[in-house]
Amino acid sequence: MTDPGASRTVSFRLNGEAVEVAVEPRTTLVDCLRHQLGRTGTHVGCEQGVCGACTVIVDRDAVRACLMLAIQAHGTEIVTVEGLASEDRLSPLQQAFRRHHALQCGFCTPGILMTAHALLTREPTADAARIREVLSGNICRCTGYIPIVEAVLEARSAYRSPATGAAPQGQR
Amino acid sequence: MKLPRFDYARPASLPEAVALLQEHDGAKILAGGQSLLPVMAFRLAAPPLLVDIGGLDELTGIAIGPTGIRLGARVRWRDIEEHAGLADSHPLLVAMVAEIAHYQIRTRGTVGGSLAHADPAAEMPAFAVACDGDIVLTGPAGTRIVAARDFFTGALETVLQPDEIIVELRVPPWPRERRWGFEEFSRRRGDFALAGAAAFYDTAEGCAENAHLGVFGVEGTPRRLAVAEALLNGRIVTAETIEATAAAAARAVEPIGDLHAEAAYRRALVSTLAERALRRAAGLGAVPA
Repeated sequence: MTDPGASRTVSFRLNGEAVEVAVEPRTTLVDCLRHQLGRTGTHVGCEQGVCGACTVIVDRDAVRACLMLAIQAHGTEIVTVEGLASEDRLSPLQQAFRRHHALQCGFCTPGILMTAHALLTREPTADAARIREVLSGNICRCTGYIPIVEAVLEARSAYRSPATGAAPQGQR
Repeated sequence: MKLPRFDYARPASLPEAVALLQEHDGAKILAGGQSLLPVMAFRLAAPPLLVDIGGLDELTGIAIGPTGIRLGARVRWRDIEEHAGLADSHPLLVAMVAEIAHYQIRTRGTVGGSLAHADPAAEMPAFAVACDGDIVLTGPAGTRIVAARDFFTGALETVLQPDEIIVELRVPPWPRERRWGFEEFSRRRGDFALAGAAAFYDTAEGCAENAHLGVFGVEGTPRRLAVAEALLNGRIVTAETIEATAAAAARAVEPIGDLHAEAAYRRALVSTLAERALRRAAGLGAVPA
């Protein structure tokens, strides 16, 4: 450890693709995704684990990417908002957000989509109360949340039928 | 803010982790990082080395046995939530953990991390103290066990030495018939509580015994309130007994005042939350308006 804080190479799978990137230990996962890998779909809000904008899925769990070091992501499977849509087709969850106008400025949307995606993948029958409880970790200043909850409720059916579900897409 | 520069190591064993702490002054253990990384982002701490124990699978166990429950330091809130046996074996644990932070934090935050961070308003230190838990630590001199009530010495302060690591939390077994209640108050779902109260007692011939009343978010550390507990032991738990106990609890605390709540407000919360928790324990329902 002659050069404290020197970069090391980490490798993980990002939206189904193997990536390798040199990161300083202090680099958070979200900064690595945005600045080093150019995946700017994941947003950075508070950088202190409060707002939920940076939520990504790591090994099937929703995590705050500002509270995880990129170096801790070594060997993991990561899905970001870029991993939801396939080619030119929005995922059922994204389509539901569009139908219900579940976004306005869009800043919080990637984090909310990934939180909801993680939730419905694990709990495809989550009720409105459960959805509200889980989304309490994501701050949205525009919508008042009601259309978001409606969209997530509607998207549930896609996660119950694997043929049309969004769940497998992120794990290509 | 961005994190200050630091070095990183991921030891393959507990002794190796202890050795790294010994060799590097100011080094800190990184588990889930859900408290440590925000502290570093605020530049309230700038450890030169983070020792990531993410590879130490021996710290991830949940064991339920005749001598009680053991939670490994790396057990996450999610693991407790999804464990098949804990809801029956320790309903108070499950109820308290259900109030910790938000969904995304719960997938990474750990038992050991919360105990080491020692936030006065955090549920896990409160649980450990209220349930007479023991915290198992390992360091260069071997393993030692510290009672939770002696572990927390102040807000964000513990007896954990710089070269020691929390291994597990042990709590005594939970009798199935035990009466219990847990209440906390926060301004928004998932926020740190402005105050909280965990209460339980056993019953013998209609009277309470072994009463425990722990409060947190009120003083620098979570604490059992012996003066209030004494008003329950040996008595039939009625609405009147509970009211007197809650009033004694409010008198017994020396609350912190800060920008979230002044001391008098926290004192009032102790009374209200202790009363609600005890009424829930006694099956009395909500306080009549």
